[in-house]
Amino acid sequence: MTTKMNKFDTLLIANRGEIACRVMRTARRMGLKTVAVYSDADANARHVREADEAVRLGPASARESYLNVDAVIEAAKRTGSGAIHPGYGFLSENGAFVNALDAAGITFVGPPASAIAAMGDKSAAKERMHNAGVPLVPGYHGDDQDDGLLRAEADKIGYPVMLKASAGGGGKGMRVVESTEAFQAALDGCRRESKAAFGDDRMLIEKYLVQPRHVEVQVFCDSHGNGVYLFERDCSVQRRHQKVLEEAPAPGMTPELRREMGEAAVRAAQEIHYVGAGTVEFLLDVDGSFFFMEMNTRLQVEHPVTEMITGQDLVEWQLRVAMGEPLPLNQEALTITGHSFEARLYAEDPEQDFLPATGTLERFALDLAGAGLAPDQVRLDSGVESGDVVSMHYDPMLAKLIVHGADRDAALATLNRALAALDVQGVVTNRAFLQRLATHPGFKHLELDTRFIERNEATLFAPKAYRLEEYASAALIGLGQLARECESDSPWDRHDGFRLNAPHTIRIALCDPARVQDIDSAAVVVVEGTRESDAAPWNLTLHGGNVDGATLTARLQQLDGDAVAVTLNGHRRRLQARRDGHVVVLSDPAGETRLFWRRIDAIDHGHHEAESTLTAPMHGTVVTLLVTPEQRVEKGMPLMVMEAMKMEHTMTAPADGFVETFHFAAGDTVGQGDVLLDFAADASGDQP
Amino acid sequence: MSTLTTQVNPRSDVFQANEDAMRAEVMKLRELTAAISQGGGEKARARHESRGKLFVRDRIDHLIDEGSPFLEFSALAAHNVYESDVPAAGVVTGIGRVSGVECVIVANDATVKGGTYFPMTVKKHIRAQDIARKHRLPCIYLVDSGGAFLPRQDEVFPDRDHFGRIFYNQATMSAEGIPQIAVVMGSCTAGGAYVPAMADESIIVKEQGTIFLGGPPLVKAATGESISAEDLGGADVHAKKSGVADYYAENDAHALQLARACISRLNWQKRGELNMQPPKPPKLDPSELYGIVGTDLKKPYDVREVIARTVDNSDFDEFKRYYGDTLVTGFAHIHGYPVGIVANNGVLFSESAVKGAHFIELCAQRKIPLIFLQNITGFMVGSKYEHEGIAKHGAKLVTAVACAKVPKFTVLIGGSFGAGNYGMCGRAYDPNLLFMWPNARISVMGGEQAAGVLAQVKREQIERDGREWSQAEEEAFKQPTREQYEHQGHPYYASARLWDDGVIDPAQTRDVLGLSLAAAMNAEIEETRFGVFRM
Repeated sequence: MTTKMNKFDTLLIANRGEIACRVMRTARRMGLKTVAVYSDADANARHVREADEAVRLGPASARESYLNVDAVIEAAKRTGSGAIHPGYGFLSENGAFVNALDAAGITFVGPPASAIAAMGDKSAAKERMHNAGVPLVPGYHGDDQDDGLLRAEADKIGYPVMLKASAGGGGKGMRVVESTEAFQAALDGCRRESKAAFGDDRMLIEKYLVQPRHVEVQVFCDSHGNGVYLFERDCSVQRRHQKVLEEAPAPGMTPELRREMGEAAVRAAQEIHYVGAGTVEFLLDVDGSFFFMEMNTRLQVEHPVTEMITGQDLVEWQLRVAMGEPLPLNQEALTITGHSFEARLYAEDPEQDFLPATGTLERFALDLAGAGLAPDQVRLDSGVESGDVVSMHYDPMLAKLIVHGADRDAALATLNRALAALDVQGVVTNRAFLQRLATHPGFKHLELDTRFIERNEATLFAPKAYRLEEYASAALIGLGQLARECESDSPWDRHDGFRLNAPHTIRIALCDPARVQDIDSAAVVVVEGTRESDAAPWNLTLHGGNVDGATLTARLQQLDGDAVAVTLNGHRRRLQARRDGHVVVLSDPAGETRLFWRRIDAIDHGHHEAESTLTAPMHGTVVTLLVTPEQRVEKGMPLMVMEAMKMEHTMTAPADGFVETFHFAAGDTVGQGDVLLDFAADASGDQP
Repeated sequence: MSTLTTQVNPRSDVFQANEDAMRAEVMKLRELTAAISQGGGEKARARHESRGKLFVRDRIDHLIDEGSPFLEFSALAAHNVYESDVPAAGVVTGIGRVSGVECVIVANDATVKGGTYFPMTVKKHIRAQDIARKHRLPCIYLVDSGGAFLPRQDEVFPDRDHFGRIFYNQATMSAEGIPQIAVVMGSCTAGGAYVPAMADESIIVKEQGTIFLGGPPLVKAATGESISAEDLGGADVHAKKSGVADYYAENDAHALQLARACISRLNWQKRGELNMQPPKPPKLDPSELYGIVGTDLKKPYDVREVIARTVDNSDFDEFKRYYGDTLVTGFAHIHGYPVGIVANNGVLFSESAVKGAHFIELCAQRKIPLIFLQNITGFMVGSKYEHEGIAKHGAKLVTAVACAKVPKFTVLIGGSFGAGNYGMCGRAYDPNLLFMWPNARISVMGGEQAAGVLAQVKREQIERDGREWSQAEEEAFKQPTREQYEHQGHPYYASARLWDDGVIDPAQTRDVLGLSLAAAMNAEIEETRFGVFRM
C-alpha cells in the first residue's frame, strides 16, 4: 500500500444526474472547482448547469459518452482536473479506467484497481473472504454425490436447506428441505426432475434463508491502513433486485451483531487492501446469522441514510482519503443518531409494469412548508428541476428523498409527509407507489425481507377503491375549479350554480383516471354540491358507486402552497391538493389519491344506435351472413351484408351480444323496413 | 368615475330592524320558491319518476351548461290564483346557457296537472317567448303536456294571446332567425303537437314522448280505431315514419344531450355591442341592502345606497346631481356592462321628470342600456305643480321611456304607484325584464290614498243627501279598500299574475341585472326615434 499526498484543486465528476450534483455540492464546499461532463442528451442538464465548467463527451449513448474512458480523461486534461469522482454506475467499478487514470497521473476518487478486480471476480472473492474469516452462506458444492454424504452435509449445514440441481435453473430440480427425515425423499424427487430437465442429476446444497434481509455495511479505509465501518443499512425492500426503499440503521440490530458485522466488513475490505468508501453486502437471516454476498467498491446510491444517522459527509471523506489524508474519525468517534430512510424516485409507471417514463417535468417541487416539515428533516438529492427533460437514455432515477427522525416511526412518518409534499408533474413516476410501500402496515411493522414487494403484490397493486372522504375532497377541488372556469367576463360564464331565491347547486362527475373512457356508470360517482351562498359550506350528496346516497357538509380552505384544509362534517384534514389537468391529486401522509373530474354535461350518454340498423334500409338482396346465430359479437362487428341500388349495406352489431335469428339467407330478397335479424344485446350497465 | 360612499351604520337599531324585517321576507320567498320547485306533490312526483322521467328542474339542470346560472322567470306564477294549486303555473321558464349560448327554456312540469295549460300557463309560456324575441334568444321547449286545461278553454283558447299565439310566435321567431328547438319528453297532444311540428329541429324520447293531434281516446271516439299511444305517435313513429321528429333519444338524459348538440350547431353570434369594462364587485356589500331598505315603504332612504351596492366597484357618475334631485340619474357598469341608471329618490317633480327625459335621450343616443330602480309614490300634485305643467313634463318622461329602444330593465324596489309607474318604465312600457323586491307594492295609488279618495266621494254623496257620516263609519268604509290594495299590491299577487318576471332577493339584484344585460346583448341595439315631446 502506498501512502502519497495528492492534493488537487479541480474535481471532475464522471457522472450525471443526482449523484453528480451531490458530489459537486460537497466539492464546492471544500473549495474545489467542479467540472461536469455531459452527453448531447444532457447538454442542458442540471449537473451541467451547476458545474463551474462542463465538457462534452459525445453523443447520447452512454457507451459513447459517460462510459468513454478516453473522452473522460481528455476532459480532465482539458480542464486541469487533478481528480475524478466516478459517482456510482458508469465507470465507478471499472479497473481499466482506474489504470488509465493512474497512467495519466489523475487521482481516482475510489479504491485501487486491484481492489476492484479482487471483488469483481465473484467466486475468487468468496474464496478470499472465506480465508479472511468473513462468513459465507454454508453449502456443499462437492463432486461426491453419495446420498448418505449429501444428507450428512445437509445435517451439518442445518435445516432448512435448499437442494439445487448443479446444472439447474428456472426453479426445476429445486427443493427446500425442512428436516433430516424429509431429506431422502426430496433428494430423490430433485434428482428425477433434474435428470428429466437437464440430463444430469448432480445436486448442490445451500442453507435456505427463510426471510433473508439485505443488510449492508458502509466501510471506509484510508491509504494509511485505517479502516472503520459507518454502520449498516437495510435495503430489503427491492423490486427485481432494484432497491426501492433503504434505511439506516437496520431495524432489530443488537450492538453485538452490529459490531460483529461491522468488523467482518472491515476485515473483508482490508483483505483486499481497500481504500475509500465501500459497501459490504450481507444476507441476514432471521436467527441473526449473516453471510457475505458481495462488496461494492464505490459510493452507494443509498449512502445518504448513513450520512443522516452519522452526521458525516461521505463524499468529503472520499475526497480527503483521495487526497491522501487519514480518515477523519476513528471507530470510537462514530455514533448513530436517530433513524433515516431513503426513497428512490424513478421515472417509471408502476401501473404498467414499471415501464420507464419520459417527458418534460412541468413541475418538480417539494413543498416542505405546506407539509409542515422542517428543512433539516428532509433532504432531496435530485438531478432534475422543473422544466427538465427526462430522456430514455439513462437510468430512470430522478431523485432520492431522504428523511431523518428521532426513531424509525418518526422517520417513517416524515417520509410519508415528504412523499406527499413532492409534486412531480409531466412525467409519470413511482411516487404514489413509494407512498403505498411506505404506508404499508407490513413495512411499518418490520416484516422486512427481499421478497416484500412480491409478497404484498395484492395490496400494493390493488385497483384503487375510493373512500367517501376522497370523493368529497376531490369534489371540493373540482367544484372550486369549475366555479373559476370562465372563458369570458359574461356572468353567464360562471359555473357557481346561480339560481334565484334558492341554494346554488353544481354537480360534477368523478372517476378513476384510468377509467375515464369507461362510460359504465358503475365507475362514475356524481357529486352534487349545494350551498346557500359563496361563503357558505357545501352540502354534498354523492350518487353512484360505493358511496351512493352519502351526504356531508364540506368546506375547502386554501392554505400555503398546495396545502388545503378540507373540513368534512366538522372533521378538518390538511392535505396537499394538486391539479394535473382534470385530475385532482390529493396527497397526505397516508398516500395519494388521483381522481378525474368532469362537468356532468360533458358525460356522453352515448349514441345508442337503435335497432333500426337491423332493418333493411331499402328494397334489396341479402349478399352474405357474416356470423352464425348465437355467436358472440362485439358492438360494431359486421353481421350481414345486403345489396340495394348497386350499393352494399353492412348491418353491424348495435351492442355486445349475439344474433338470435337471421330472417333471411344469402340471395333472399328483402323489402324496405323488413327486420333482417333479431339481436340480443348483453344486459349492460351503459344506461345510467 | 366617482365612487359612492355610504352613510349607513350597520350597527344602528334602525338598520337591524330593517335587516330583520327584510330577511324575514326573503326567507319567506325562499321557502315559497322551494315549495313551488317541488311541482305537483309527492304522488305525482313518484308517478313521474317511476316512468324513468327526470323532474322538470333536473331536466333543465341537465340541459344547461353544468353549474351555469339559470335565470328563472315567474316562479310564483298562478300562486293562489286558482282554487287548486298550480305550482309555477305548471311550466318552468327562464334563461339558461346551453352549449355556451343563452337560450330561453320553456319546460312543462307534467307533475302539475299533467302539464296542462291553465290561463296563467299560457301567459307564462307566451311571456317567455316574448322575452326570447326581444333578446333574440334561441328557444328550447321541453314538452311534456296534456295540452289545454279543458275546463278553462274559454280563457286559454280563443283570444289573441291564448294558446294559438305559442305557434304564431314559433313561426315568426323562426322567420326572424331565432332558432326553435323542441324536445318531446312526454305527451304533446292536440295543439301541443304543433310545438315539435313547428320547431326548427325536434327530438323525441323513446317510449316516452308522443305526438298526435288526437290522442287514442279521441281516435277511438272519432274513427273506432283502437291504438296505443306509442303506436299512434311514439318516438318510433315520428323518428322513423312520419318525420315529425328529427332525433331519436333513448332517455331524458340522452335527449337533453342531443338538444345541447343542436344548440352547439347554431353558429350563434351575439349582435349587441357595448364597450365593456372588466367586471368588479361593488365595494359596498349587497347584503346590506336588507338593513338599508327594510320593508316599510314610508321610511325614506337615499337610493344611492342601493346603487352603490348594485354597480361595479360602487362607481357611479351622476348626471345633473343638483337638479331635480328626487330622481337620481347617472352612468355606471354592472358586471362590466355600461348602464344608465334612473332611480327614484322621492316624489317626481317637473324638474326631475325633464331631467329623466334628458338622461334617457342620452342613453338612447349612445345605445346604453337603462336600469330603472322604481320606488315612486307618483308625480307631485297641487295647483302650483299643475299650473307649471307637471302633466306635460311628466309626459316628456313617459314619451322618452316608451320610445327608447335600448334594453330597459326595471326593478321595483319599493312603491310603484300611479303615473310614477309609467314614467319609471312599468310593465306597460315593455322593459326587457321587470323584477320586484319582496318589499315592493304596486297599485294605481296607495291603499290609504285610494281609501281616502273613495271616502271623500262617499262623504260628499252622503252629505249631499243631508245625512251624517261618523268618523267610525268612515274608518269602517276605508278598511276593506286598504286591505284590498294591500292584498292586490303585494308582489306575490303581482307575480302570480305575470305583472312582473319574478320576485327577487335584493342581494341578488346585481347578478340578475348582469345576467339580463348579458342576455340582451344577443340582440342588436336599435336606433331610437322619439315621439313628439310636448314643450
